[in-house]
Amino acid sequence: MKIKADRAALLKALAHVQSVVEKRNTIPILANVKIEAKDVRLTLTATDMEIAVVEEVPATSMTDGACTAPAATLYEIVRKLPEGAEIQLDHAGGDAQLGLRAGRYATTLVVLPTDDFPSMTAGTLSYRFALSAHDLRNLIDRTRFAISTEETRYYLNGIYLHAADSDGVPVLRAVATDGHRLARFQVALPEGAGKIPGVIVPRKTVVELRKLLDETTAEVDVALSETRIQFKAGPVTLTSKLIDGTFPEYERVIPRDNDKVLRVGKKDFSDAVGRVAAISAERSRPVKLAIERNLLTLSASSPDQGAAKEELDGERVKYDSTPLEIGFQARYLTDITDQIDREIEFRFSDGAAPTVVQDAADPSALYVLMPMRV
Amino acid sequence: MAAARSRLIPVPALCRDCDADAGAATTCPRCGGRRIIRHAELAELAIAHIDCDAFYASVEKRDRPELAARPVIVGGGVRGVVTAACYIARISGVRSAMPMFTALRACPDAVVIRPDFAKYVAVARQLRALMAELTPLLQPLSIDEAVLDLSGTAALHGGPPALALIRFVRRVEAEIGVTVSVGLARNRLMAKIAAGRDKPRGFCVIGGEAAALLAAEPVRLLPGIGPAAAKRLEGKGITRLGQMQVLEPRAALRLLGEDGPALVRRARGEDDRAVDPRRETRSISAETTFDADLTQRAELERRLWPLAEKLARRLSEQGCAAAGVVLKLKTAGFALRTRTQRLPGPTRLPDVLFAAARRLLEREADGTAFRLIGIAAQPLAPLAAADLPDLADPGRARLVAAQTAIDTLRGRFGAAAIGRGRGLAGR
Repeated sequence: MKIKADRAALLKALAHVQSVVEKRNTIPILANVKIEAKDVRLTLTATDMEIAVVEEVPATSMTDGACTAPAATLYEIVRKLPEGAEIQLDHAGGDAQLGLRAGRYATTLVVLPTDDFPSMTAGTLSYRFALSAHDLRNLIDRTRFAISTEETRYYLNGIYLHAADSDGVPVLRAVATDGHRLARFQVALPEGAGKIPGVIVPRKTVVELRKLLDETTAEVDVALSETRIQFKAGPVTLTSKLIDGTFPEYERVIPRDNDKVLRVGKKDFSDAVGRVAAISAERSRPVKLAIERNLLTLSASSPDQGAAKEELDGERVKYDSTPLEIGFQARYLTDITDQIDREIEFRFSDGAAPTVVQDAADPSALYVLMPMRV
Repeated sequence: MAAARSRLIPVPALCRDCDADAGAATTCPRCGGRRIIRHAELAELAIAHIDCDAFYASVEKRDRPELAARPVIVGGGVRGVVTAACYIARISGVRSAMPMFTALRACPDAVVIRPDFAKYVAVARQLRALMAELTPLLQPLSIDEAVLDLSGTAALHGGPPALALIRFVRRVEAEIGVTVSVGLARNRLMAKIAAGRDKPRGFCVIGGEAAALLAAEPVRLLPGIGPAAAKRLEGKGITRLGQMQVLEPRAALRLLGEDGPALVRRARGEDDRAVDPRRETRSISAETTFDADLTQRAELERRLWPLAEKLARRLSEQGCAAAGVVLKLKTAGFALRTRTQRLPGPTRLPDVLFAAARRLLEREADGTAFRLIGIAAQPLAPLAAADLPDLADPGRARLVAAQTAIDTLRGRFGAAAIGRGRGLAGR
């Protein structure tokens, strides 16, 4: 195998694939990237057995062949080579070391047999649809903060992606919850997605996919089965296993009749939460919201540090229901308000019941937040 | 000097049988009784540790007087363990927690009685009610054991704590029909040690002589010194508490870790823990030993469910919830395995306790033969924090409602009145 490629093209692809490689590996070959030149296509592949990323790299010239080399080392070397360099990869086959040259720099890397490199089979992916990168980014960004890290309920360790009906409009929905908060975001149902099974996309897959989406503006091709999902964005294909579990019937926990509506500017609110919550380093301490007609008082206290309070008056808040007191964990509040652009709408029932939060101007995202006792 | 003073100020002495001031006599001048307690600080000491003597066995003997002179073991089945043994059985070497077959080999003519916990709880409640008349500063330590602070009760009882305790002991024997041992000292540690010193029916008083008295004792006597710590101390040639008493704080830290300096203070008989009536228990558990070893996961799960129910009941009784679940297994070879799982949120629901323990069991049920399974709630959380609405568990609210209904019925008709269908298979 002989390959010539631009440093920039190789670096970008290596950055993508090496990120999938687990830093601590018990199986040595999983630390490697597979480099394959075949039919005038150069591809790089990395996998952790749960996710596989394959990226096609434009090469200036090549002869066929394949080998696997340590992903992290290769990435570090390429990253340190000067911009604009042309890189030449040389592998004689078998156990021979992989030679890398750029200008007057040369290195050799130990390889592992290509046959040992695990191939993650995608199986038959019978459902296929296309989604704009913008929509897919939103589906992830608006929900991923609510993904649970608690291992006992593994079926919460991802984003639940499914087709749903939203007041008669077919939508593609992403939902995540950790039991304390729930995030739901929906986009118009893409063609071909109407019959997809509900799938839970694991957290790591979400993270890796999101990195790839930073550089794409085009459409992303999504293909899935009950057990696998595949995203194709430009030259990169990410294939992942899905979480084998049943996502809770989240619709049942979304309150429908919360009629006490508070509207407040996003910046006013999140700045006030930040200032008030600063009194306590303890993350789990609540921020209390005392709400009455056109007045919102935020307060927090810590037994060791003191107490803080801030008022937002009628110029900045709108509320004309009965007075209410309710507490929330500060970080949970800001995680949600970070998703909102200008005006936040809270819909309360009482101080102990789940609260609905939405962007007053955009109903496609909906958040539910459990109060804390204050 | 001490002798000279004792001549000037007579050492206070009380007759345990008639409350009389026995003066310097060895038999009571009033009733002729020989049970005289005598101590220089008898009129001042106020921290008491009260512990029932072979509690379960005593209750059984009370109810079956024909067994009074026989060795009695309370415990379950041939494959069970000794829950309690009376003092006659103990002479033959029977100890609680001993496997029943070992106990019966040591004491073949023992009468084995299946435990009747409902009865013991009822007796314990009576006992606690009598203790509560002594002082509100009462901290139960187990079903049959409590520590009391009687400071400032002299006016109420018309005499020093020692006198109130003597009367209490007689009252327990007369009204409840079991015997207790009392330790009276300056602090909780010494009161506990005193209570264990001349069981049964003991009344031991330790005052300023605590340090001197402890000096000759083995280090293991001290609560907080386990086998591992004892071994480390022995490595430095320290086997008696007297040697521990003189340890420098730094040496204590090195040898015994963070708690070292505190343990050294205890070795000197010092203890500043207050009696705290509100102090919560740290864990609540339920366990069972099988009649025959079990290896099948399904079998083990079947035994686990009633325990989860029992644990849930105990949690409710004590006003607690479980923030974590501990699964306890003992192999046929007596090796103990405990596995812990923190829960996403505190619970008091048997279903949630069971589910968590079952997940832990899944990894352990690998064909190993087990003789015991247990489930514990640890750490504990206040009941008010239990089973808060969970966005990821829409069914939880219904479970809570069902459990509340079951608790209400049980409160009215008893524990056996109602249960979950799952429990029927285990009967």
